[in-house]
Amino acid sequence: MRLLRSTLTAAALPVALVTAWWLISRGSQSFFWPPLSDIVAELRPTWLGERLRADVVPSLLRLATGYALALAAGILAGLAIGLSARLRQYCEPVLEFCRSIPPPVLIPIIMLFAGIGDQMKVIVIVSGCVWPVLLNTAEGARAIDEVLRDTARVYRLRPAARFRHLLLRGASPHIVTGARQALSIAIILMVISEMFAASNGLGFATVQFQRSFAIPQMWSGILLLGVIGVTLALAFKLVENRVLAWYFGLRRHQ
Amino acid sequence: MTTAPVLAVDHVRKIYAGGDRRVEAVRDLHFEVTAGELVCVVGPSGAGKTTLLRCIAGLLDVTGGEVRFEGAPIDGPPRGMAVVFQEYGRSLFPWMTVRANVELPLKEKRVPRERRAVLVRDALATVGLDDVHDAYPWQLSGGMQQRVAIARAVAYGPHVLLMDEPFAAVDAQTRADLEDLVRALWSRLGVTVLFVTHDIDEAVYLGQRVLVLSNSPTVVLEDVAVDLPAARDQLSTRALPRFAELRAHVYGLVQQAKRGARTVMADPTAIGRPNVYEGRTT
Ligand SMILES: Nc1ncnc2c1ncn2[C@@H]1O[C@H](COP(=O)(O)OP(=O)(O)OP(=O)(O)O)[C@@H](O)[C@H]1O
Ligand SMILES: [Mg+2]
Repeated sequence: MRLLRSTLTAAALPVALVTAWWLISRGSQSFFWPPLSDIVAELRPTWLGERLRADVVPSLLRLATGYALALAAGILAGLAIGLSARLRQYCEPVLEFCRSIPPPVLIPIIMLFAGIGDQMKVIVIVSGCVWPVLLNTAEGARAIDEVLRDTARVYRLRPAARFRHLLLRGASPHIVTGARQALSIAIILMVISEMFAASNGLGFATVQFQRSFAIPQMWSGILLLGVIGVTLALAFKLVENRVLAWYFGLRRHQ
Repeated sequence: MTTAPVLAVDHVRKIYAGGDRRVEAVRDLHFEVTAGELVCVVGPSGAGKTTLLRCIAGLLDVTGGEVRFEGAPIDGPPRGMAVVFQEYGRSLFPWMTVRANVELPLKEKRVPRERRAVLVRDALATVGLDDVHDAYPWQLSGGMQQRVAIARAVAYGPHVLLMDEPFAAVDAQTRADLEDLVRALWSRLGVTVLFVTHDIDEAVYLGQRVLVLSNSPTVVLEDVAVDLPAARDQLSTRALPRFAELRAHVYGLVQQAKRGARTVMADPTAIGRPNVYEGRTT
């Protein structure tokens, strides 16, 4: 019952906005603002045919690869930096610098050595996503309770168990925060890198439609990106609720 | 029973050096604990009790002297030693169930699965927690959490059990129950226990010996033998005249320690009349 209520509450505004869009754009004659019904009608023929294999799947694969690599690298480096005060002193200024570079400006440089293929896009995604993961993980590693660390030492946890049961889980609330920020950055960078230079992908196709004045198709690309973003955010929330069930429980009990 | 010292604290000195600040926490601690003993350590707040315990547990390097566990100098936490910390809420893994918390050290010891299941069940039953295997620590009361920590230590099968003010944060009734639990476990398992507390009653009630520490930088002020009957009971033992004498004696020593005494004269007749020492403190 509570779940139903909260779902309804969360869905109310989006539903209202889409309805408003639908009603306002109904019968629109504007070339650039086609009716929402036209856009939705375009979704299926435009994206679920040949383009599914040619554009949608490649985009999602780049996204997944870049995001996964950024998570792995960010968590490992973040734990190392969080656990070593020495390492932190060395890395902090550099990290601050790297974090403040807007990732899209790196695209031209990355193109120079990585070309315009999948590799370039994955590198762009990693280079933008890794920082929030890394910085949050480092913070999380520092926040792991000292008594818990002593406990792990007293009971002689081997390195693998220390990593899995103490560091990873202990830092997980922070890691999740970083991963959530990284996810939206990853989607943005996936699209931008494809708009820059590509021969396929969601971003590429959407820009192609715009250039060839296929306006309903262009809109359907934007709509699809929105749907993908929302779906990934929901999936993220599900994983988060599972992984951090203990954390939410702990906080409720305090 | 053998009488070889299972623990030898051999002129241990500990100086905390952080940056340009040096704090001499422990000056010269020297004592031995025989296998199977239950020794309590009392001292004023800041006396270096935790420091001593962490040195023994191998969590802290000593500055001078050495700690030997079963004859071998300590260098990192040794196998065969378990610690129960004061901060029970922080020493259990909150992302693991009670069962997983107790089981993890056994996994690390490579105890086979079936044996682990038996040990975990027995240990939890011993501390009176049969029905919370699948709960998370934060779902339990403070006293129950500390029981889980004790069960984890017991299941680990240590030769020496170190406890640092384990009951300082639980209510009085729970505390009495847990004290009796420690006595029961100790006599049943034959494990050596070193129990740190700032509660004089608790030290006398539990221990066979009470080590009274001086203020920091710490030395042993006196090693008091507790000659109470082995079968202890919250009501009758605490009502014994001898209990009151020992309690008063230790109380007097701790008062001296607070005033900065480093030595006391060995004067057995003075036991129970701590004010005899009043004039001798420096
Ligand atoms: N990490 C540290 N760095 C510097 N000084 C410390 C550190 N830990 C403890 N000390 C100092 O060492 C002395 C002994 O501290 P310790 O915590 O061992 O005392 P304690 O007897 O356990 O006290 P309490 O009864 O409050 O638990 C204190 O003066 C304390 O300030
Ligand atoms: Mg202490």
